[in-house]
This record gives sequence, structure tokens and C-alpha cells, in this order.
Amino acid sequence: MSIFLDRDTRVIVQGITGKMARFHTREMLDYGTTVVGGVVPGKGGETVEGVPVFNTVKEAVEETGAEATLVFVPPPAAADSIMEAADAGLRYCVCITDGIPAQDMIRVKRYMYRYPKERRMILTGPNCAGTISPGKAMLGIMPGHIYLQGNVGIIGRSGTLGYEAAAQLKERGMGISTSVGIGGDPINGSSFKDVLAHFEADDETHIICMIGEIGGPQEAEAAEYIRDHVSKPVVAYVAGLTAPKGRTMGHAGAIISAFGESASEKVEILTAAGVTVAENPAVIGETIARVMQ
Amino acid sequence: MDIHEYQAKEILSRFGVGVPQGALAYSPEQAAYRAREMGGDRWVVKAQVHAGGRGKAGGVKVCDSDVEIQEVTEGMFGQKLVTHQTGPEGKGIYRVYVEAAVPIAREIYLGFVLDRASQRVMIVASGEGGMEIEEISEKRPESIVRATVEPAVGLQEFQCRELAFKLGIKPAMVQQMVRTLRGCYRAFRELDATMVEVNPLVITSDDRILALDAKMTFDNNALFRHPQISELRDKSQEDPRESRAADRGLSYVGLDGNIGCIVNGAGLAMATMDTIKLAGGEPANFLDIGGGATPERVSKAFRLVMSDKNVQAILVNIFAGINRCDWVAEGVVRALRENPVDVPVVVRLAGTNVEEGQKILAQSGLPLIRATTLMEAAERVVAAWRSDTTRNTNLRAV
Repeated sequence: MSIFLDRDTRVIVQGITGKMARFHTREMLDYGTTVVGGVVPGKGGETVEGVPVFNTVKEAVEETGAEATLVFVPPPAAADSIMEAADAGLRYCVCITDGIPAQDMIRVKRYMYRYPKERRMILTGPNCAGTISPGKAMLGIMPGHIYLQGNVGIIGRSGTLGYEAAAQLKERGMGISTSVGIGGDPINGSSFKDVLAHFEADDETHIICMIGEIGGPQEAEAAEYIRDHVSKPVVAYVAGLTAPKGRTMGHAGAIISAFGESASEKVEILTAAGVTVAENPAVIGETIARVMQ
Repeated sequence: MDIHEYQAKEILSRFGVGVPQGALAYSPEQAAYRAREMGGDRWVVKAQVHAGGRGKAGGVKVCDSDVEIQEVTEGMFGQKLVTHQTGPEGKGIYRVYVEAAVPIAREIYLGFVLDRASQRVMIVASGEGGMEIEEISEKRPESIVRATVEPAVGLQEFQCRELAFKLGIKPAMVQQMVRTLRGCYRAFRELDATMVEVNPLVITSDDRILALDAKMTFDNNALFRHPQISELRDKSQEDPRESRAADRGLSYVGLDGNIGCIVNGAGLAMATMDTIKLAGGEPANFLDIGGGATPERVSKAFRLVMSDKNVQAILVNIFAGINRCDWVAEGVVRALRENPVDVPVVVRLAGTNVEEGQKILAQSGLPLIRATTLMEAAERVVAAWRSDTTRNTNLRAV
């Protein structure tokens, strides 16, 4: 079993009629993802890339039995779309949208807690590349062919740096069970810790690779969680050693504003928790291979 | 996005927070006139720049007459104020705020932030005002009191009372403190701020609670729904290269090194800078041209990076996923033909169709240095920069 997604997971795309969403819907279908529909208010009845469009998420769920969704809605309406998905009973949501106001995300998180844990939707992102279980399904915008199927679980805040890791593994003939982008925003759906718990319970995942960066407390929280609850080996890389304090480095969440948020402090905290830290991004694949032996 | 102190005070006062009487001036004459208009016998003139630490840097002065105000502000207008937050280049003073001095009995630190651990708005306060929060948490951590706001119902009165009593506010003034805290929270919440800092919040000897200084930062992602806040943007306080980049949809941060970086993706951009440092160089900038890496964006990126006179070599690192390497390579070649550069350029492409991409670069006839891995790219750009600077020094020596 991979985490979050499988070959048979029935997926819808919110905002499917947009240009980028159409393109990536095609890519996902070609990869083998079971895309069963899309949602755009007012465009119900249309068809995109051969899949039906519905006016509401509830309608899409009723008609298609969808379990997961990819949110491709522009920032002003994205938070609303995530809440609509949570309310319609979807199990998993990936939000790609970059630029959602932080206070909208605070409301989204609060809203999701209305539901008891067993019915609560899992959200990854926003501002991420998505989730892929190679050879099975892809829910995102990544280039599917750079991922081999295998036993490394990847969790990362950055999209392209996650690609870099996947490509380095492929070069060594190593594959991935699932790669999850948790996104570069300050308030995100799932943290490193949340995803680590899923990988720890996943038989297909033998080793976990965590790609962090400056800003926020989630790498340090993950370190504590790994020390106490993760039996599988964990390799990490933290980007932003040369990033100055107090400046936002591209991602809204990549800013050092408190103690423990710089790359060197995070490396120290992770190392102390027993995590093997790759010194530079060029040796992520190599370090995983070494630890796996 | 940051705004000036006087703007933050105007906003907070609309939400019921007490502020001293004050007025803005664009010239020394106007500053003196503002003081006469206001009346009183003691004023504080404050340079309006987007940075903290103004007092120690000479940007805040107490004056006892309008003549003195004119003299003092003549020395401020048009100058660069260098504080520990501005960097060595400082920030230009083009506006001065003239405020009636108030009799201070106590100073309190008050901050509202987005707390990423609880994913909520958090209030941080301390009875040790006047110091910066970093200094307070180092020297008097036990003085810090906190409260988080439940997003569904907002900040409650009891939470404000709890904070007020913990801060030792006397009972007769607790209600005034509650009004101040609620006002700051409402401003934060309704205007999509990411930070509201009142340092110090003062209690005057005549029992008023006033924001003596105020700083507000807003969520760039929410500016679309606050046009009146967007209008407060002051480009004179921004790094010109960074604001130009932002206007073109690129994310750029200028640094002190001399190896320019052009990368797609924020994480990969930071990782590229780190690798350059490991290879013995210093990055000149952070630059994320976005996941797509279109030829237009690559062109803009070259122009932007080369506008930094310290740049002596460039590293282009693109992971082409959906957009294939051959397409990205054509973009790089086109960008360099349109904007020839006189420094060594190292290009590293990875991802889809990498061989075709390399071929296009090789056949372009441009003096590009190619690299396959990230480490190799960093080593090559550092080596190219070293040999290039040696050559230039030699030339100058001749």
C-alpha cells in the first residue's frame, strides 16, 4: 500500500476548466490516475478531457464516488474550495494554489476540525507540487516519469527540490513509494510530522526522506516525533544555509523569524534526533543509498 | 508588505487604540508648522523609515521649540538612516512624523503574530517594554505572557483581562487595556495583517494607554482584497532591484556575494545558493523564476541579475519537469543572445530531455560552461569566477 493514493483512488479536479488545470488533468489521466470528474460552479454539464464537470463537490461525489480532490482554484476562492471538499466527505485533498491568504488557511484548518478524526479530510499543501505514488497514481503537477517505483517515502516543502531528490534516486536505480509535497506556505494542511506518521505505518516505505527549509517550527516538531515514534531510518536535507534572517525566500513560509528556524539550527535539531542529514542537496540520493545499506 | 509608523497609528486609532497627537511633514518648514499647529511645549520628531532601531540610529529626537524642530529635521530629510535592521546602505528619510510628547509612567511590549506552531493568531506581551522582543526573550523570558486566539470566535474579553492583570495593569485601567488589545486584534484580523507590533505601548502618568510606536506588516497574498492598504506601499523604502523583480512576477532577494543565481523553484534556489557556498563562493542573490522557466522569464532574470554590479559569474540551474530541457535550453540561448553578458555563465539543466538540452547549449556557439550535477555546477561557477577575477586583476595590473 502506498499512502494517500492508489491506482483505484477516484479523483476529481476543482477548477478543472482553467488552462493549467486542463493540462494537468490530461497529464494525470495519461499517468494512469483515475480522474472521474471536475468541479466548477456554473459549468456543470460540460466535459473536460473526457471527464464530466459538476457545479458542486457534493454533486460530483454523489455521481462519481470520488474520494480525493486536486484543488486548482485561484487564491481568492481556494480556501472556500478546500472547505467545500471537506464538507462533501472527501478523504484526501491536494491544494496546488500558491498565494492563499494566511488567515484564510487559519479558517480552513479550524473548519476541518468540525469533523471527527475518522471523517476528517487530509489536506496536503497549499503551494505544493502534489502527491505521487509512482506506477499507481499522481495527484499534482509533477513530471511523473522522473519517479521510479520503490521504497523511499519523500516529504518536502519544495516542489523542484523534491524533483531533484527523485531524479537523484532514479539515477541510482532507486524508487519511491509515495512523494508528498506539503508546500511552502506558513500555514499548511499537513506537517512533516503528520506525513511521517503515515509513512511509519506504510509497509511499502522502508526509508523516509524529509526535505525541509528555513522558517517555521515543523522540522523541529518532526525531529521530536522521529525520536519518539519513527522506527524507520530518516534522511533529511534543509535548504537555506545561506539565507539571511528576516527575509522571505520565495515561499511565503521560508523566513527565519525565531530561534530554531534557521537551516543550521534545524540541521542540529534533526541530527540530535538521530536523523541522517545530507550536507548538500547534491548528495541526497547518495545519502539515502548509504543509509539504506 | 510594511507600512510606516504614522500609517499604522492611523489605522490602529480607527480601531479604538489610543495614540498620541501627531502630524506628518514632508519638509523641515512643514514639521515646524505642524508643531505650532498642534500646540504644547515638547514634541518628538520621528524619521519615517521601514525599519526598527530608529531611536539608537538618531532617527527619533525630542525637541522643545519649533525652531529646534526645523533644525533637527533639516538634518534628517534626504538622509539615509542606518539602523541594525536596514543594512549598511540604510533607508531614505522623506517623511517625518511630529508627535506631542507624553509623560510616560510605564512601557509595555505588545505584539500580534501568526503563530505557525498553533496555526493561530498569537498575542505576545511583556511588562519590559522599550526593548526589542528578541532582547526580552533573552534577558527576561519570564516576563513574556501569551494568548492564542480561537479563529472561530475571535479574541475574547476574558483573554484580554487575563493579559492585562498579568501585565500588572491597575484595575481601573483594565477596561482601557481590553479596548486596546481588541482594537489591535480587529485591525490584524480585518486587514489581513501578519504582524502588529506596538513597542512600546505606554501608560502615561495621567492614566492613558497609548501606542507610542506601531508597526504593521500585511500579508502580500491578501492585498487583492485591501486596495486601501496596497496604496500605502512606499517604494522608496524597498530595494529597487527587489521591487522591480516583484513587479515582474519574480522572487528576488539581493545578497552580498558575487555569483548570480537563476533557478526555478524556491527550495531549489536556496539549495543552489547553499551549494555555491559549500564550493567556496558567495551567492549574489536568491532568484526563483517560477516552476515554468519560460524564455521570457529567463531573459528577465538575466537582466535582473546583471543589474547587480557585484555579479562576476552566473549559475543557471533549471530542473525541467513538464517543460522539457530542450525548450528551456532554447530559452537560455535566446536570453543570452538578446542580453549578452560579460561574465562567465554556467548552465546546469536536469530533468526531461536533458541530452537534447545539452546539445542545444553546445551548438549555440555561446561561451557557456555546462554542468550535469548540482555540485559540479557550483564547483564550475566558483572556478570560473576565480579565474575570471584573476584575469581581470592582471589586466588592470598591466
